[in-house]
Amino acid sequence: MRVERIINETNDEFPIGIRVLAVDDDPTCLLLLETLLRRCKYNVTTTNQAITALKLLRQNKFDLVICDVHMPDMDGFKLLELVGLEMDLPVIMLSANGDTNVVMKGITHGACDYLLKPVRIEELNNIWQHVVRRKRFERKDRYNSNSQDKLRADSGEAVGMGSIGNNGKLKKKRKDQDEDEERDENGHHNNEDPSIRKKPRVVWSAELHSKFVAAVNQLGMKNATPKKILELMNVEKLTTQNKFRLYLKRISCAANQQVNIAAAVRMRSPNGLGNFHTLAGSNQLHNAAFRSFPPRGVLGRLNTHAGLLIRGLPSRGTIRSGHGQSSVNFGNDQSKLQSFVSGIHNANILQGLPMSLELDQVQTNNGVSHIGELPIADSTTVFPVSSSLIDATITGFSGNPLLGVTSHSLMLEASSQQAGNSRDIVPAIGFRNGNTSSDFAPLAPASNRESNADLQCEPIPINCNAGELITSAPQEWNSPYQSNVTPCSMNSSIPVSGTMVQFGLCLDQNNSMDSDSIGPSSFIDNSAMEQSIIDKEGYLMLEPWEQGSHIPYNIGLLEDLWELQ
Amino acid sequence: MELVQIQRRLVDYTKSLFMEGFLDAQFLQLQQLQDDSNPDFVFEVVSLFFEDSEKLLNELTIALDQPNVDFKKLDSHVHQLKGSSSSIGAQRVKNACIAFRNYCDVQNIEGCLTCLQQVKQECYLVKNKFETLFRLEQQIMASGGSVPTIELGF
Repeated sequence: MRVERIINETNDEFPIGIRVLAVDDDPTCLLLLETLLRRCKYNVTTTNQAITALKLLRQNKFDLVICDVHMPDMDGFKLLELVGLEMDLPVIMLSANGDTNVVMKGITHGACDYLLKPVRIEELNNIWQHVVRRKRFERKDRYNSNSQDKLRADSGEAVGMGSIGNNGKLKKKRKDQDEDEERDENGHHNNEDPSIRKKPRVVWSAELHSKFVAAVNQLGMKNATPKKILELMNVEKLTTQNKFRLYLKRISCAANQQVNIAAAVRMRSPNGLGNFHTLAGSNQLHNAAFRSFPPRGVLGRLNTHAGLLIRGLPSRGTIRSGHGQSSVNFGNDQSKLQSFVSGIHNANILQGLPMSLELDQVQTNNGVSHIGELPIADSTTVFPVSSSLIDATITGFSGNPLLGVTSHSLMLEASSQQAGNSRDIVPAIGFRNGNTSSDFAPLAPASNRESNADLQCEPIPINCNAGELITSAPQEWNSPYQSNVTPCSMNSSIPVSGTMVQFGLCLDQNNSMDSDSIGPSSFIDNSAMEQSIIDKEGYLMLEPWEQGSHIPYNIGLLEDLWELQ
Repeated sequence: MELVQIQRRLVDYTKSLFMEGFLDAQFLQLQQLQDDSNPDFVFEVVSLFFEDSEKLLNELTIALDQPNVDFKKLDSHVHQLKGSSSSIGAQRVKNACIAFRNYCDVQNIEGCLTCLQQVKQECYLVKNKFETLFRLEQQIMASGGSVPTIELGF
């Protein structure tokens, strides 16, 4: 049963009037930001100094902070940390620099989103979601703590960690509980407003987070298994499943976002479409993290196979896609990833595929992952894998027991290898509830095959650098897209939903709609291409695309997406 | 000149700026933010940009003039200039900044100096363009007409 919407309880006109504090030392940008925010009907206060900002935050109540990364008197990240710890407000970072490592830094410091300049109004239109998410988590925590013994026990033990830690743990536990609940209630999800659904549950406390990050960094990507991380963190009651999963999710979401951003950006440049802004804006965050956490173990296997590997995706059981199965709980990390991926796939195309993971459950769900349900970025939420995209790609894998899928890690292989032709940044199929930071695993089907592949992912570029993507966008867009329409449209679909439904997500929705018709055919196609896919390393050949069977599909998707908007 | 003619001229002129790459879609966003409650928004933002950019360019010139060039500081200024120019849609300035940053990354002073010149040049050019644009707009307003909006259809 869904927790009652926070929105209804706070303000009837929500998000109108939310109090935003904008901090930027550049007067031009600050004025622009202020005007944009006012246009969104938010209550805006501006300042060009971080110190003043802190003062204002202490004296007045705000709902959200947007601050620039580069500031003369204080580093934006530092401010971000302080705000997060002291006031626990959602903070959105802003910068002209979209480099992966910078974005990663933003994430690790706790930003709930990372926007690239120039900021567009579409992106700002969605920032209120962060406010809601935060509130929801807090509410849930409070609610759950009352009813869950386990939580209480945990929180008791978490006392040592400090209040924030407690909170975080509590929240984390809650998340597990929630996930369980969610799973049971899958049926209900479909009817919910996507934008409210499945917001990220747990918010990592800054403390836990930094511990987590430190542990991960220490272990290195390859070894960063939840168990080890847990040991390193030495935190009580931290469940490997929970945290890791969530974290991966975040990373993947970030990556996803990054991809989306890149995609959005790219889309923008060549097409001059403004729609992607939203995409770009919101997703910028997490990409960096994405790449860095490859699914362990499984990766090795997956890498050899083409397949969408969502690196670092915590595939988590929480993949709750609108499909109702909300959390595919994977016992191990790997499965998480996979489940994630498979969840995606299953939803639509791989209906017949025996997904080793709970993905099977996914299949049963309505293929569409409700984007709304996707966890929102900052917290590790379950992200509903939008299967639509993946499905298309995954189907190829169906033959092998989920090559990519089963292996549990859907990795978006840097399509560099294959990407020769079609590289496009596939809007990371990040499912975002809101537009910002969702922990989507960017599922970018890498379609090596000809540029026809509509869904082309460029995992590599995505991961690297939104900035890079941006600059190279124009070229990339133009060359690979032979079937121009689709890629663009796909991207465009991303911004489509006001809730920043990530591309994949959107697709999913569309997919679900089309799945009936497409499913079988795509399935068939996939099996045929299975081999080919396998042959190609890391690339998900979207055979269906080539065959044209998906093209209408895609387009349909896009249209659907547009309609969803 | 007749009002209609001026309006046509404004539209053509604006389009040419897009064609030549001086402005990009972000500028359209700025225009969209201008409304009755905010009638001089574009003018304000653009003016603010030129004020700020002048300062930044001065800082850049000084920084490059030092015996030991502080590339980090240089990069920081250029980064800011890039951010603000992209915010108003001054595409060529932004691109020049990107090139400038690349030279900063590799600490190539000669390259930086050349880029600085380029950035200055682009700022100067786009400033003139804006001035013409605003002048035309003022003429239209003075004649009692309304400023036509541009659709980026090309």
